[in-house]
Amino acid sequence: MSNAPAEATNVEETPVEEIDLGPANHVIDKYLTLPGNLMPVLQGIQDEYGYVPKPTIDLVAERLNVYPSQIFGVLTFYAQFHLKPRGRYIIRVCVGTACHVQGAPRIVETFFDKLGISHAETSPDLRYTFEKVACLGACGMAPLAMVNDDTFGKMTVQKVEEIIAEYNQRPMK
Amino acid sequence: MGEAIKILICQGTGGVSAGAKKVEAEFNRIISERGVNAVVGKRCDIIKTGCRGLCANDVLVDIVDPELGRVTYDFVQPEEVAQLVDEHIIKRTPLEKRKAKPYYNTFVDQQMRIVMTGCGQIDPESLDAYLAEDGFKAIEKCVKEMTPAAVIDEVKKAGLRGRGGGGFPTGMKWSFCAATPGKLKYLICNADEGDPGAFMDRSILEGDPYCIIEGMMIAAYAIGCSKGYVYVRAEYPLAIERLQKALDVCREKGYLGHNIQGWGFDFDLIIKKGAGAFVCGEETALMASIEGERGMPRPRPPFPAVKGLWAKPTNINNVETFANVRHIINKGAEWYASLGTDTTKGTKIFAVTGKVKHTGLVEVPAGMTVRDVIYNVCGGIANNRKFKAVQAGGPSGGCIPPEVLDTPVDYDSLIKAGAMMGSGGLVVMDETTCMVDVARFFLSFTRMESCGKCVPCRIGLKVMLDILERITAGRGQAGDIETLLEMGSTIKKASLCGLGQTAPNPILSTIRYFREEYEAHITDKRCPSNCCKELLLWQVIEEKCVKCGACFKACPVDAIVWEKGQVAYLDKEKCTKCKSCYDACRFMAIE
Repeated sequence: MSNAPAEATNVEETPVEEIDLGPANHVIDKYLTLPGNLMPVLQGIQDEYGYVPKPTIDLVAERLNVYPSQIFGVLTFYAQFHLKPRGRYIIRVCVGTACHVQGAPRIVETFFDKLGISHAETSPDLRYTFEKVACLGACGMAPLAMVNDDTFGKMTVQKVEEIIAEYNQRPMK
Repeated sequence: MGEAIKILICQGTGGVSAGAKKVEAEFNRIISERGVNAVVGKRCDIIKTGCRGLCANDVLVDIVDPELGRVTYDFVQPEEVAQLVDEHIIKRTPLEKRKAKPYYNTFVDQQMRIVMTGCGQIDPESLDAYLAEDGFKAIEKCVKEMTPAAVIDEVKKAGLRGRGGGGFPTGMKWSFCAATPGKLKYLICNADEGDPGAFMDRSILEGDPYCIIEGMMIAAYAIGCSKGYVYVRAEYPLAIERLQKALDVCREKGYLGHNIQGWGFDFDLIIKKGAGAFVCGEETALMASIEGERGMPRPRPPFPAVKGLWAKPTNINNVETFANVRHIINKGAEWYASLGTDTTKGTKIFAVTGKVKHTGLVEVPAGMTVRDVIYNVCGGIANNRKFKAVQAGGPSGGCIPPEVLDTPVDYDSLIKAGAMMGSGGLVVMDETTCMVDVARFFLSFTRMESCGKCVPCRIGLKVMLDILERITAGRGQAGDIETLLEMGSTIKKASLCGLGQTAPNPILSTIRYFREEYEAHITDKRCPSNCCKELLLWQVIEEKCVKCGACFKACPVDAIVWEKGQVAYLDKEKCTKCKSCYDACRFMAIE
């Protein structure tokens, strides 16, 4: 089993994040022999950390023998990978077709207004991350919003305020 | 004591998000509280099923009593469970008041369920339940009685066409891959259902995962390959979970792996999770994604049947296509070919959503008219509003106006009407939906999802989107429509893959049928459907107002002044144009 490089080399200006590379090594071990393993490895790392931290990219590059640029190519291509830490509560508003014709745009705008963050942004206190997603597959309930795993169907502008009020009171941990 | 009473609780994603887990827990709690009269496993069984189609009415609970027959309850809440158990299961008198209304039967009876027979009826996590429904009989028949060529021939005779949208004859596709020499071949099930507004693949995976496995086994036998992948969207966690369970059980019981059931046939299957890129539904992009690359399409030929995944011959079909296969083998090609129209055989599942009364999944024989699907099966338009258009085929399809509602739903007729079958999403729009805005919406989606490899798609779509955004913001110019038409047809011809080749469809079809709406936006700076925000100034039409106060209650910023018995007044200073009042008003008194 190879050890992780202690110092990350590619980041110069920004301070290197201090993270435990153990879980990342563990994920890589699991998929090391699987052909086409880059995506499962990155997905596993994201499951562990909540996002893909920079130091793990160098680790993956070294252990899977691929260029960091290739890894960045994959990470930035797919909507599901995140390179920055995410909020405690992830608010997703479906903007699929059914939700769009039932008024999803104004649900999105109301969230922007109330939270002060826009698509794919995280609030500075790390409480909320907001995302627009194309189709969560529950079109019968359109327009639809999700906070983490809780689904809120038949959304209205008023419900947005209720949801935010509720989650503002929830604990951060 | 006779046969057990079955309680079927709908637990697809729709059911779960409506609270099916709580309902199930409550059933378990109440039943154990009531004791001997209703013990689970003796007097009654609780079965969690996949999606039954009418998601808007979840949680759906069916109680099947061997003597009383089947009763459906809709909108079941946990609080009501105690009463249901007491009355229906213990006293055996169905609760008339809580039964689903007659529309539920209309919705179910008008359909023809073949692919979805298992969905909503059986426990998707139980191999025994699948075996009881003649599961794995079809693959057994293939391996024991038929040559691979005979299997392909049977599928060809049945006339099955790819349900992913393209409609390429499945038997022909298989025969290409079977004809390519080589020991190692791959079979892929495309479950990357990125189409907003379509969710039948997800429902099949969640409701009847074994039928996909069997369909793939049959294809693998026909083509002569032993390794398969199911590429599933990561946005479908429940589908992945259920399919994974089914795979584990199959491997354990010898339905997957080496020398399956002693039939001398090897096949194994693994799941690959997607990562949120619409373009990965395109087969060459999907293969790149499995290989761990960016999911970018490449030019064809070489076709996947010759050089596909890891440069080996590969065959890719959609979930719904595989789900059809076992029924063809079990019941014969002739039976299958007798359903549907001349060019489109069998049934097709549609996800009907938008401004229709009963949104959900419907499976109908190909050839039924769009009108029948919307008005007979799904109950017509919600809120007594007027039908304007139906968008068929997702972001790559087109809009069908009222004049061509009698188009049959088959591949060729839909293309003639300017739309396409696509994956089978039907989004119904009423008079409040602006067609220019809809076109803009689809284009913003396809532009975002464009992989950026070829220029017409990457830059062309961006330019078209800019024009549409200008139009919806009231800054349209003379000549915009002509530019859109010209660019649209060029992008269709010049793009590399299906995404770019179909992305202009929504614009071209809305211009074809709703040109006057574009003109109203451009020349009159007006949105006839009261939809485009920048072009609106809301007001209450006093003659039409019935003083009900619905708008007052809906307004989130107190911009509406209303008292009981008074006509409402809208304060334009305070109004944020959020449209809540417009949607709340049932009398079209707000414009």
